[in-house]
Amino acid sequence: MKLDDVPQHDSSSYGGHKKLLYVTNSNGRYTGSQSSGWDTEAFATALAVEALEQQAAAAYNQWQQGHLSPLPYLMYQARLDETGLSQISGFWRWRIRRHFKPTHYRRLSLRILQRYSDALAVPLAQLQAYQLPVSSQE
Amino acid sequence: MTFIHQQSAHCESGVMSSLLTNAGFPISEPMVFGLSSALAFAYLPIVKLNGMPLIAYRMPPKHIINTLNKRLGLNIQSQRFSQVKAGQQALDQALAKQQAVGLQTSVFWLPYFPAEMRFHFNAHNLLVYGKEHNNYLISDPVFEDVVQCDVVALNKARFAKGALAPKGLMYTLGNTPAEPNWPVLIRQSIKATSRILDGLPLPWIGVRGIFHLAKKIEQLDPSAIKYNRLYLTHIVRMQEEIGTGGAGFRFMYASFLQEAADKLNEAMLHDAANKMTLIGDGWRGFASLLVQYCKAKQATPDFAQLAAALRQLAQQERELMQQLAAWSKTPVKA
Repeated sequence: MKLDDVPQHDSSSYGGHKKLLYVTNSNGRYTGSQSSGWDTEAFATALAVEALEQQAAAAYNQWQQGHLSPLPYLMYQARLDETGLSQISGFWRWRIRRHFKPTHYRRLSLRILQRYSDALAVPLAQLQAYQLPVSSQE
Repeated sequence: MTFIHQQSAHCESGVMSSLLTNAGFPISEPMVFGLSSALAFAYLPIVKLNGMPLIAYRMPPKHIINTLNKRLGLNIQSQRFSQVKAGQQALDQALAKQQAVGLQTSVFWLPYFPAEMRFHFNAHNLLVYGKEHNNYLISDPVFEDVVQCDVVALNKARFAKGALAPKGLMYTLGNTPAEPNWPVLIRQSIKATSRILDGLPLPWIGVRGIFHLAKKIEQLDPSAIKYNRLYLTHIVRMQEEIGTGGAGFRFMYASFLQEAADKLNEAMLHDAANKMTLIGDGWRGFASLLVQYCKAKQATPDFAQLAAALRQLAQQERELMQQLAAWSKTPVKA
């Protein structure tokens, strides 16, 4: 890539930062140059984020309707899937799936919630509050 | 400790370049990348990322550190810890001795990363060069400037769990190398890269892996529109967003070849650098092609065209690697 062709498309996924690229100057010599983003890359990122947000929204609705515990929603919020959550929390996947059921979630001990709190970066008190029936959370 | 920060394209090569340069052995990031034979391609369907195969454009984490350690005789001291407290103590002790310390961390827990960039990747590398009150002073190679991170967050990032868990890994430089034997070292590292990219009998690694990916694209089911869009943009994300990107690594390698050509006064390597630049441009073009395809939402998808573009890149990489392999076997000029 040539120095003049370095894209500066201010991608939102860069969070205002710039990446370094190695590009050639007019004499064909390599030099470092900063890029604020590239539309092609941003499109791919946006599509992936969109897919994650759809999953999170679906999980949120199911939680609100009482079909699922809040864990699936929080999992997608933390950009994890079941495999990832299993690796980070140390729970087997079949246990995680049990914890996805509202009735099981309400009975989880503090120790287990603490592990989810560490894995998902959600305060323990918040996870405990979610154990109460939805109507009394206000 | 006076520490000069430099921004890099990739964390691991950046950390090594920065560590050595600050220790009085100036070496560029592309030189680190090339000398450690880090360029590669791998299509790993067994390792899943959100249900998609892992596609890598370089050697796995730790490869650069370990290989450079061996080739330059750096005597790198590395330690892992089972206890967070012991890990923090060891880091503080090394800093007290005025040493710059390399760490493997998770990206997700580092507060100075913008939220958009935080994901669960456990093999990030950064350098700590000091501590003020409760904050570590950090030279993170992919950032423009130095940053800070509080003790609690850094401990969390160092001891994050999951795939490639860092387990508090920290490393310091043992030796600063003397002037190495460049002609031998460069030949050795180029030979290794040509073997990785075009010499392994594995269908998923190197040029054969690129051909394999082309076949996978061809075999996509045209009716699974949503999956296809996610699959094709996943290739782009693995290539461009995650780390430096496929094209980015090709450009970095081209920069290495150019530097090597100057050092050894080899016209052939200049020629190879130009070819590698064209290949990098080709990878970027391929990414654009994939995204154009996804945007167009064609009724009759033409996966053969995408696969053909990829096969052309694979062929170019194969030819260049054969040329470099032949050169790496030439005797060193007296």
